[in-house]
Amino acid sequence: MSKQINVALIGNPNTGKTSVFNALTGLNQKVGNYPGITVEKKEGICKLPRGVKAHILDLPGTYSLNASSLDENVVIELLLNKNDKDFPDVAIIVSDVENLKRNLLLFTQIKDLKIPTILVINMADRMNRKGISLDIPYLEQHLNTKIALVSTRKNSGIQDIKDLISNYRELSVQPCLDTSTIDSSYFERLAKAFPNQEPYKLWLVITQDVNFGKMTRQELDVSKFQTKSEGELKRLQQKETIKRYQFINKVLKEGQTIDASKATSLRAKFDRILTHKVWGYVIFFIILLTIFQAIYDWASVPMDLIDSSFVSLAEWVKDTLPAGIFTNLLAEGIIAGIGGVAIFIPQIAFLFLFISVLEESGYMSRVVFLMDRIMRRFGLSGKSVVPLISGTACAIPAIMATRNIEHWKERLITILVTPFTTCSARLPVYLIIIALVIPEGRFLGLSYQALTLMFLYLIGFGMAVFSAYILDKILKSNHKSFFVIEMPGYKIPLLKNVGITVLEKTKSFVFEAGKIILAISIILWVLASYGPGDEFNNAEAIVNSQHTTLNNLELEDKIAAHKLEHSYIGIIGKGIEPAIKPLGYDWKIGIALVTSFAAREVFVGTLATIYSVGSADEADDTIKNKMAAEVYSNGAKVFTLASGISLLLFYAFAMQCMSTLAIVKRETNSWKWPLTQLIGMSAIAYVVALIAFQFMK
Amino acid sequence: MNLNKMEFTIADLRKGERGIISDISSRNIPLKLLEMGCLPGNEVELLQVAPFADPMYLNINGSHLAIRKETAALIFIDKLSHE
Repeated sequence: MSKQINVALIGNPNTGKTSVFNALTGLNQKVGNYPGITVEKKEGICKLPRGVKAHILDLPGTYSLNASSLDENVVIELLLNKNDKDFPDVAIIVSDVENLKRNLLLFTQIKDLKIPTILVINMADRMNRKGISLDIPYLEQHLNTKIALVSTRKNSGIQDIKDLISNYRELSVQPCLDTSTIDSSYFERLAKAFPNQEPYKLWLVITQDVNFGKMTRQELDVSKFQTKSEGELKRLQQKETIKRYQFINKVLKEGQTIDASKATSLRAKFDRILTHKVWGYVIFFIILLTIFQAIYDWASVPMDLIDSSFVSLAEWVKDTLPAGIFTNLLAEGIIAGIGGVAIFIPQIAFLFLFISVLEESGYMSRVVFLMDRIMRRFGLSGKSVVPLISGTACAIPAIMATRNIEHWKERLITILVTPFTTCSARLPVYLIIIALVIPEGRFLGLSYQALTLMFLYLIGFGMAVFSAYILDKILKSNHKSFFVIEMPGYKIPLLKNVGITVLEKTKSFVFEAGKIILAISIILWVLASYGPGDEFNNAEAIVNSQHTTLNNLELEDKIAAHKLEHSYIGIIGKGIEPAIKPLGYDWKIGIALVTSFAAREVFVGTLATIYSVGSADEADDTIKNKMAAEVYSNGAKVFTLASGISLLLFYAFAMQCMSTLAIVKRETNSWKWPLTQLIGMSAIAYVVALIAFQFMK
Repeated sequence: MNLNKMEFTIADLRKGERGIISDISSRNIPLKLLEMGCLPGNEVELLQVAPFADPMYLNINGSHLAIRKETAALIFIDKLSHE
């Protein structure tokens, strides 16, 4: 007999289910994905007395077993499949003491599946303030279960849950009510057709098709038993829901007393301001500004630190290890690649810190409420606001933040348009080009350069919204959209939950996206470090013979530039030159375009190398001067107002971020969408840059 | 539709007003809403509205939910007068 007890944590959203999970498992948890889909799978181990371990699975929050989203579908598929290795020996239903009535609906459904069930009533610390008192023995008796009264905030009751898990064999598997009475003759026929199955389980399988679509991992085939129309099934489900509530109301009438006179609620007071037609938006705007300021300001310190440590690490490796291919690959490919991943960690961590605080406190639902109407015009949902805002820091955490949009089409559109918002990686590119081509001078007291930068942020957001509108018209959705969001009570965020969220999200970024970024960095390094033929391999001799008057440092730079021109990536740059010439770029910019496919900020570094700026003096203005001095063979400047604007617009719209593509692939579980993004955004960028250059030249 | 009787839906409520759910236009209402407590006989109060009265922030049977106006218009109620 196995010593491990399989436990499934099930509950409505906003019941503090994750807090219970964190309290039971501590840091002894891991987050992964369910096979084939992008729903997060959280599991952990809880140690029980006598060497017994409980494997705790934190299932996605759901209001019932009638799934309407991918997340919810995970719950029902697991509970209907006894062969699943995670099939629970015992289910823990987490409920919130303030919403017991609604939470018990799910409880009665789980009970009807005859799975041993523990009822956790969470947030017990709020009972006094809300004037709620419970008759626990009465409830245990009438709900056929054992109850643990828990407060994760006060850390009480957790031991009770552990004791109940240890003794799960003593739990009753008696259902709460008899579903078959909603249509006795139908259920009799069902029982006859499948004599060895639970009627409620059959009923769930049948109605699941109506609710959500085909189940993928079911063990039962009910396709031959289809004797009722969809409308009739829907009516029966409603009847079932009403019947469940009748039962719950009856039990709670005796088992729960609410003295409304004792209840004090801050909710109404907070809501009056936070969802106000004017003040609500003002406060939201102020919070946004604060977050931005914090992400740019606070994150820049650790980011610089990470950047410089990786640079010195690479230098140290080069100096210490014997020179050779392996050392170069390590220093220029792998360490630079890992540095490229690590540099995003501070921004991602900060962003998730703010997002999880806003979510835990209950404020996020108010933002969704305020913004839904506006966003809906563009095929988005109120819930798209968070990703679009986060995208200004970095598209990667932003795309990860789309997970709570339950409607697939709205979520997909949000994922697809988020990379248009101006992320922080575009900033170095913008800054150098603006400094190069936009004249100094002021308009209404604001400098042209600052106005250009602001304009670039605005067109980024504008393009995101515009393309959402277009996508909304194009994309077909197979299930109907409806919007309902629970407005949870306000709470002070639990430090432990916030900390674990930040840790988990950052980890998942570093390991998942990191693998791909690293691979691409190595490929780019190889392409830039090797080339075919004499021109590359004898670069030193060729340059030496052409330039005899230069000092050593200048000579080394020339050699590096010559090698780059004849490396594989240089050949690629030359190869694409005909395509980018109409945009006003030469082959060197072409190389930068290719390398900045890995990440936009690579642009500046690549040009720095190509224009043979030595690593000794890599100050911005030196690159700038070199760029300003760059001329075509006929003496015309490469960077003019026209080509500069064209380049700015190209970077504003083009999809040049491997990491984002990797995340989109992971979140949509298909290459179709990242490729759509890559091709679509690049096409827009090309056309806009082409028009701009041709008009302005 | 019975024209003699005043037909109110949640979409007709003004801020602070309450009603008792009398009937729901069942085919178009998502089951999820029912499961969240939006059932005949339960009390609804309109707590807050976003601009253009959409979405609507409701207290249905103790559950605090926001739904879009188009959905609210499918839930019939008997209006409760102010006391």
